[in-house]
Amino acid sequence: MATELSLTRRCAPGRHPGKVLALATLLVWLAAGAPPREVFAPLLEWSPALAKGFALNILISLLAIGLGTLLGLAIGALNLSPLRLLRLPGRLWVQVFRNAPWLVLIYFTTYVFPFEIRVAGHYLPFPDWLKVTLGLALPASANVAEVFRGAVASIPGTQWEAARSLGFSRGQILRTIILPQCCKRMLPPWMNLYAVITMGTALSSLVGVHDLLDTAQIASNTVNRVGFTVLIYFSVLALFFAYCYPISRFTRYLERRYAFR
Amino acid sequence: MPSADLSAPLIALRDVHLSFADTPVLRGIDLDVQRGQAVSIIGPSGSGKSTLLRCITGLLRPQRGQIRVDDTAVHALHSDAEFIALRKRVGFVFQQYNLFPHLSVLENLTIAPCKVLGRERREAQDEALRLLGKVCLEHKARAYPGELSGGQQQRVAIARALAMRPELILFDEVTSALDPETVGEVLRVIRELIEEGMTCVLVTHEMRFAEEISDAVYFTEHGVIVEHGSPRQLFNEPRSPRTRAFLQHTLGRGEQDRRPFVPAVAAAR
Repeated sequence: MATELSLTRRCAPGRHPGKVLALATLLVWLAAGAPPREVFAPLLEWSPALAKGFALNILISLLAIGLGTLLGLAIGALNLSPLRLLRLPGRLWVQVFRNAPWLVLIYFTTYVFPFEIRVAGHYLPFPDWLKVTLGLALPASANVAEVFRGAVASIPGTQWEAARSLGFSRGQILRTIILPQCCKRMLPPWMNLYAVITMGTALSSLVGVHDLLDTAQIASNTVNRVGFTVLIYFSVLALFFAYCYPISRFTRYLERRYAFR
Repeated sequence: MPSADLSAPLIALRDVHLSFADTPVLRGIDLDVQRGQAVSIIGPSGSGKSTLLRCITGLLRPQRGQIRVDDTAVHALHSDAEFIALRKRVGFVFQQYNLFPHLSVLENLTIAPCKVLGRERREAQDEALRLLGKVCLEHKARAYPGELSGGQQQRVAIARALAMRPELILFDEVTSALDPETVGEVLRVIRELIEEGMTCVLVTHEMRFAEEISDAVYFTEHGVIVEHGSPRQLFNEPRSPRTRAFLQHTLGRGEQDRRPFVPAVAAAR
């Protein structure tokens, strides 16, 4: 098959950057003087704490993309409404949260929201990591809404026309013809957004959430040895990379696959 | 839903005007199609032929004039429900096929009958398979549109229109996007439909085909009907010098490399 052939040929150069980067990281690390034992031992000692921190990063990212997707699709649906009154708030939401720095939003949700909420006489704690999740879900929702809008707009008008000529109503066209075609188109940018949000979770260390970066900082200060500091920040980098890189690779694979459909 | 007066035309356009922004596209069109007739509309590109078809099924709204399909005054329709009722009766086949790429061929044929007409799934599938057999594509029922050739896709599109059991079908330059070798298979399907008595309006650049299968031919230019008549008269003894110039231009030069046709079985009915 001609298309498959050109496809494999096209991915060949694309396969290198990840490996090259991994190799470069290894070389730099070795050049820094292959870390001696007294640097490795504390790393091993700190690794459960680091793993716990990273688990929190992942938890925050999953919750943020989940919440952001639900909210974003709702806003995206609002933006499709033929009524201007309904479109307006959706557009405002998208513009405001897409154009606000994420760190500002995280500070906003952390310091504006109360630390506990009173529900029916009970005080429910509202921990910082949850506030950070909300802070990330806001821009996520605006981006998802935008991805959704782009996907709907990318379906050619002839599909609408063909469906209308068959007697479908507007709602039916959206549900049975347009949206099913959108899902596939939305997947790559959505996964891309997820990777970016995962990287954004490192911002939570700035408001005192014990995530991976914060744990690394504490470890570095506690052990207080230059070699260890270098090693632990490299480890942080490697962990984030190991998590996000496969996502971006998979996204690119999907993009290529769907480009032919 | 046959109307009481069988001699009344199924489609009647009177003085239809339509402009896109400041560009007039239709400038007073009159056109009649009787039940069971095949009518071809020919003319140079940009003369408003496709726009005309879209007006008939309510995809475009003319600024002035009247369009009647049977007893429906298309120009006066407003609600979605009214347009849907009209479109259930009028099939439309597009130049670019416009199949739904996420659905299989069979689903393309059953989705509208099921969702719009509320037909039983089983029944719709049986009918779809019968129609696919009619266009010689029953072996492609499980395929997706992207896996078919242009000619096959266009035949599926015709079957999709037929699945709604329309009273008439509008064909918008259905062979213009096809490879020369697949044009014949699509025209053969249309010819069969016409022979079965389906009311058809064709916008086409296939002059020989139009001449052979039409009951009446309309020549449009710059948004007006320059002349209309029987195919024999219009193609052989055009009254208007503009018709003559157009026919000379399209037939005269392109005739040698024109593809051979499925030979004419009978003269126009």
